[in-house]
Amino acid sequence: MARYSLTVNGAAHVVDVEPDTPLLYVLRNDLDLKGPRFGCGLAQCGACSVIVDGNPVRSCITPVSTVGNQEVTTLEGLGSVAEPHPLQAAFIEEQAAQCGYCMNGMIINAKVLLGSNPDPGDDDIKEALDPILCRCGSHLRVVRAIKRAAANNAATA
Amino acid sequence: MDNFSLTRRRLLKSGGALVVSFGFAPVTRSLAQDGGTPEERPFAAENPDLGSFTPEPGDYLDPRELDSWLAVTGDGGVTMFTGKVDITGTRTALAQIVADELDVAFDQVTMVMGETTRTVDQGRTVGSSTIPRAGQQLRQAAAAARQELLKLASKHLGDPAERLTVNEGVVGVAGDAGRRVSYGELIGGRRFDVTITATGYQRGMQVAPEVQPKHYRDYRIVGTSVPRVDIPAKLTGEFEYACDVRVPGMLHGRAVRPHTAIAEPNGVDERSVEHIPGVVRVVREGSFVGVVAETEWAAIKAARDLRVDWSTPRTRMPADRDPVDRYLAETPPVRERTRQENQGDVEAAFAGASTTLEAVYRWPFQNHGMMLPSCAVADVQGDRATIWTPAQGPFTTRDRVAIMMNVPRKNVDVRYVEASGTYGRLTADDAAEDAVLLSRAVGRPVRVQWMREDEQVWDPKGGQHLTRVRAAVDSGGEVSAWDYENISMPWTESQGMPQLAERQIGIEPTYYGNANGTGGAGAIYDFANINIRSKTVPWIFEEVMPLRTAALRSPGEPPRVFATESFIDELAAELRVDPVQFRLRYLRDSRIRDTLRAAADRAGWVERPSPQPTADVRILRGRGIAVNQRGGSVPAAVAEVEVNSETGKVTVSRVTMAYDCGLIINPDGVRNQLEGNIIQGVSRALLEEVQFDAGGVTSVDWISYPVLRFTEIPEVEKELINRPEMPAFGAAETPIVVVPAAIANAVFDATGVRYRTVPLTPERILAGLRTGQTSA
Repeated sequence: MARYSLTVNGAAHVVDVEPDTPLLYVLRNDLDLKGPRFGCGLAQCGACSVIVDGNPVRSCITPVSTVGNQEVTTLEGLGSVAEPHPLQAAFIEEQAAQCGYCMNGMIINAKVLLGSNPDPGDDDIKEALDPILCRCGSHLRVVRAIKRAAANNAATA
Repeated sequence: MDNFSLTRRRLLKSGGALVVSFGFAPVTRSLAQDGGTPEERPFAAENPDLGSFTPEPGDYLDPRELDSWLAVTGDGGVTMFTGKVDITGTRTALAQIVADELDVAFDQVTMVMGETTRTVDQGRTVGSSTIPRAGQQLRQAAAAARQELLKLASKHLGDPAERLTVNEGVVGVAGDAGRRVSYGELIGGRRFDVTITATGYQRGMQVAPEVQPKHYRDYRIVGTSVPRVDIPAKLTGEFEYACDVRVPGMLHGRAVRPHTAIAEPNGVDERSVEHIPGVVRVVREGSFVGVVAETEWAAIKAARDLRVDWSTPRTRMPADRDPVDRYLAETPPVRERTRQENQGDVEAAFAGASTTLEAVYRWPFQNHGMMLPSCAVADVQGDRATIWTPAQGPFTTRDRVAIMMNVPRKNVDVRYVEASGTYGRLTADDAAEDAVLLSRAVGRPVRVQWMREDEQVWDPKGGQHLTRVRAAVDSGGEVSAWDYENISMPWTESQGMPQLAERQIGIEPTYYGNANGTGGAGAIYDFANINIRSKTVPWIFEEVMPLRTAALRSPGEPPRVFATESFIDELAAELRVDPVQFRLRYLRDSRIRDTLRAAADRAGWVERPSPQPTADVRILRGRGIAVNQRGGSVPAAVAEVEVNSETGKVTVSRVTMAYDCGLIINPDGVRNQLEGNIIQGVSRALLEEVQFDAGGVTSVDWISYPVLRFTEIPEVEKELINRPEMPAFGAAETPIVVVPAAIANAVFDATGVRYRTVPLTPERILAGLRTGQTSA
């Protein structure tokens, strides 16, 4: 076991875990977060996505020991039902979910996309989200939601 | 009607005498007990393998008590209890039905779903039955409750019930705004203690049929796109999925399984995981092997590192899909269903035909591919168990676990918690049984989360199908005979059968599984002579093996409709008739005709025969159509494709679907389902095939089992046909059945080559283009 200080959604946390523990399990089991989700453990589906210092990261293959003092942002860090982030609001507006399980990956990666491209076209969005899997087939709604968010200047939120 | 052409005695005979030698080894044991009809075995209606059992007091909530269905809180909130579970949106749609019937506001209704101690058993959440069946049951229960509430209000206000009106749960007197009383004031926090009528069981239950529900013209909430109640929390991380369940003292467990049939382990080397801190126990029971650890990561590493010396299984895996096709073709079925009505004389029609056509269509094993692999938490304490699971049949899980633990059913408390989309996969609740064995071994609650590899390999898959069709055309150019035979294995896991862990501790199935139906086999067409057969061949092995099967979204119909609608297209091409016009010649049902035309019109269909390949271009373009009817719902789809003649890649550029499911409860919910069904249908048609060899399943992740991605999704056009005067027929799975056939027909239109094997991979496309022949 080793002790790690993490900054998650703006708050400092100290956890005692094995150094090779993937960040995903620390976030879910030690910090009780439900935004990042287990889908494959292989960095193949994107359900576990989080933002680490501005970059999208697959937390299921990221050992906690490599995170250091970088800022980790999860879905919870963007907004809540009471105060949703403009991206989350746009997804709700478009009813962009069926089971909703993959939507963590969609929203987290969309957030990063809007950071570099505040007004993406359909193809930009599809290209950026191509590595994120959805089995229910909510893709079209996700594209519409991200365009709606962009139109609402979500990139600056 | 289906004709169960083999008697039970003959089934026993054929099931027991079977000898198979195709290099792999299915059934040698007699497993031919017939499940019987629901009437014969009412409480086992969905669970033939549960045997005959008489429920004991406390096993089920009594549907004849109004309080089993709903409770009103002091502030007028309504809690509605249903044995159904929410997969993609029915929590909202059912609440719409209830709110409308009770005349309360939508947000006054809260649904409690799928808890064995708190909800009536309305049957498993399968077959698009939630809205049509459970929705109707809840509507009637709500109507009965409204009637009771009006009686109470009448007494309270001193006015006859006929003069009372209800708005948002407040009862008023017509023409007297001063006198009013709310549902909360009338009954809030108290029981109704009223008996209602309820006969039958599960999905067939008739609830308070004597109570007249609202006329559809009076619906205020049904038929509107109420936003889904679950979506906001799912988008912010506040929603609790099954994988988020945490109970005090909980440990983490994993089962350890090979990629092939599971034989007895010769040895389990506990020292191989000694180096991992936090490992609590290595569990072995029968051929079940698992690990329990303090942390999830320790459990994952222990399951990965544990050295198990598996003995050689007696069950050999087939080398690939071809020997399975041969097995399907050559094995006597355990059950053959024949469509009975209007059969005519097919053989005579063939004898007198001027032209005959025949073709064989092939469909592979496909995975459900849940985004969240199976998971569950079990807490076994002595002879009692509490289970949190996303099972589609919480009562089935309860009954199986009770059998597994040899305890009364009421000792097992199963609570549904939502997971990712399941598409039929969680009719088999493997993870709950894993968790029960592990929790029982350590005496603490254990959470089991299958890894991606576990899910891909041990998913009870959609079965492989083989379909042979032939047709006769008379001298007048009319189709005079349709002769259709579909063959597959049963669903070995879906009907309350012992699941993986049970099989591994020696609990054997006594039933071969659920037989195939005849839906989607061409019966919508009015040909003069028709013979439709659906054969189910035995599919039981000495040991559990990964090519197990279960219902997969519209079970059996995507393969059957793929064959039917492809072959209809082949006939139209042979006769040089436009595919839409050809279908309309033989379709009699006005809803099917309307839906087909609606799809064609919306897609801008131009009448002409197929194919129309363009010579010497790199990208070939085509369009195709398909239609079907299932359970009252009618989908019709037009697919437009581009075929790259150099790479063989098929791109579906647009799918236009018209859909008639009777009364639409929530239009946006139906649109959402159409989009999802179309995208998943494209994925299954183009990409999906479970790969395996004699050593086991080799589709182990999302690389070896790819599904459709963002850059591959088509544009989607949707045309909803609302028929409010009809019952609601549901939309969860029926739209998918026409998609693969529409794509295959579009590829034929583009290339002139008929592809009869799913998936339409670049290799198959190129092989067909090279030979220029119709491809198997």
